[in-house]
Amino acid sequence: MPEVLLAVRDLVAFYGDFQALFGVSIEVGRGEAVAVIGANGAGKSTLLKSIAGLLHARSDAIVFAGEPIGGMPAFAVAARGIALVPEGRGLFPSLTVEENLLVGGQLGRPGAWNLRRIYELFPALGQRRKLPSTALSGGQQQMAALGRALMANPQLLLCDEISLGLAPIVVREIYARLPAVRAEGTAIVVVEQDVVQALAAAQHVYCLQEGRVALSGAAKDLTREAIAAAYFGV
Amino acid sequence: MRSVVEGARSWEFCNLRKTIGNIDAPSTAQARGPPPPLSWGRKYASKRLMEWINVILQGVLVGGLYAMFAAGLSLIFGVMRLVNIAHGDLIVLAAYVALVVAQTLGIGPLTALIIVVPVMAAIGYALQWFVLNRTLGDDLLPPLLVTFGLSVIIQNGLLTLFTADSVKLQAGPIEVATIRLAEGLYVGVLPLVQFAVAVAVIAGLQLVFYRTALGRAFRAAADEPAMAQLMGLDNRHVFALAMALSLAVVAIAGVFLAVRANFDPSQGPARLIFGFEAVIIGGLGSLWGTLAGGLILGVAQAVGAHLNPGWQILAGHIAFLIVLAARPQGLFPKVRP
Repeated sequence: MPEVLLAVRDLVAFYGDFQALFGVSIEVGRGEAVAVIGANGAGKSTLLKSIAGLLHARSDAIVFAGEPIGGMPAFAVAARGIALVPEGRGLFPSLTVEENLLVGGQLGRPGAWNLRRIYELFPALGQRRKLPSTALSGGQQQMAALGRALMANPQLLLCDEISLGLAPIVVREIYARLPAVRAEGTAIVVVEQDVVQALAAAQHVYCLQEGRVALSGAAKDLTREAIAAAYFGV
Repeated sequence: MRSVVEGARSWEFCNLRKTIGNIDAPSTAQARGPPPPLSWGRKYASKRLMEWINVILQGVLVGGLYAMFAAGLSLIFGVMRLVNIAHGDLIVLAAYVALVVAQTLGIGPLTALIIVVPVMAAIGYALQWFVLNRTLGDDLLPPLLVTFGLSVIIQNGLLTLFTADSVKLQAGPIEVATIRLAEGLYVGVLPLVQFAVAVAVIAGLQLVFYRTALGRAFRAAADEPAMAQLMGLDNRHVFALAMALSLAVVAIAGVFLAVRANFDPSQGPARLIFGFEAVIIGGLGSLWGTLAGGLILGVAQAVGAHLNPGWQILAGHIAFLIVLAARPQGLFPKVRP
């Protein structure tokens, strides 16, 4: 296992009185790809939102590059090199495609990614850079959301259900780009309901079930039966 | 001792009309210049025509000022969905700041802008950071109530400091300078400068909004505040910058208001209403629409005043109501995809 980049320890999360996470612990190494799988409502998105600073967390529950970042505001977390591709993409509708990318890069973190490289990665975006982001197809919007996150040159990229609502061929196309991202040394956490896709993309897998880690292990070592048991809790 | 209630009374409509009636009358008498020589028939018709051209021209020039009132208001609503009820009082506050600066340093009001604009921008930043950011949320009501309170505080604060006596900024010879456009058609240099500045302000805001990183940040924070945070934008800072920009525009509008006519602490709410009307006529979210809204309001008021001096404000309101009834989204609404 490479040097630990992100360590989540015993994380709890609440929406008002409702508790969504009950002491979740995960680790992500530098440059590693980790998948978090689980059924609807297992707490996958909550985990990512907590890491990104959108939900309150105990300070030492999330340690990034050796620094406790739990409970920091999202803009401070972003400045440290964590980028989230949110569920539903969250593009800025009144901005053009290129402006969306530029907002993503506005922190000016140094790194491999810039407008030209994003357009090389996703040529469809380059052709439509002056269009409003709402004029894109679903798959192109997901590419724009991914590109916008990459523009921040993050050390850790969090992807929340990038396959949601997209045709399988489009999903495969987007997942095919992730190795290029990892090649730049960026660690990736993908949250997926699509287990096959997640297992193919990651080296390490965590399976969440009702706010707890039900299973964890190297992607190649996990059996179908073990995953089914952890996923459905049967 | 002047009470809060007394300050709030200026909201009453009759009071509004009384105070605004004379102030915003286009300064036609001054700008019209010497009357053309009397003559017959065709000449009379051409004189009437000139008179109307003059009325509309003066209305357009005043409209620039209204557009400046409206631009700051529209900017704030666009970026953070905050309806700033104190906007008019902040314009009057800027006029008093200009008065103090001009008197203390012995400089002209237009030169004083160099100081008044940054001072008002700083006030805007601090106001947003320490007060208004705390009121923002899903509910539109808290910022509305807080800025209403702010309006009362500013009015009464100014009343205590400067009394209710009306004052005016003296700009010197430029105030009476005119340019002859045609036989019987003259415009004042000051209204012309004011109009040019208004167009420049709107163009400048347009440039900031659509050509700069700051403008992208404004629009991103307006679209998806949570997502903007994820991009590393501190929304509190972005909103404070938007308020600073709004009050910089307010400073310019305040100085021109103060040079144009007498002002006193109770005039804010009327400026607010003109600003609102210009925004609604033009269509929310469109800066050039706001300029058009200001011009339409100015021309309507000028035409009303020309027909009957008592109809000036009424004509403006009627124009506003007609637009509201016929095109509730305004004339040039921003097409939100």
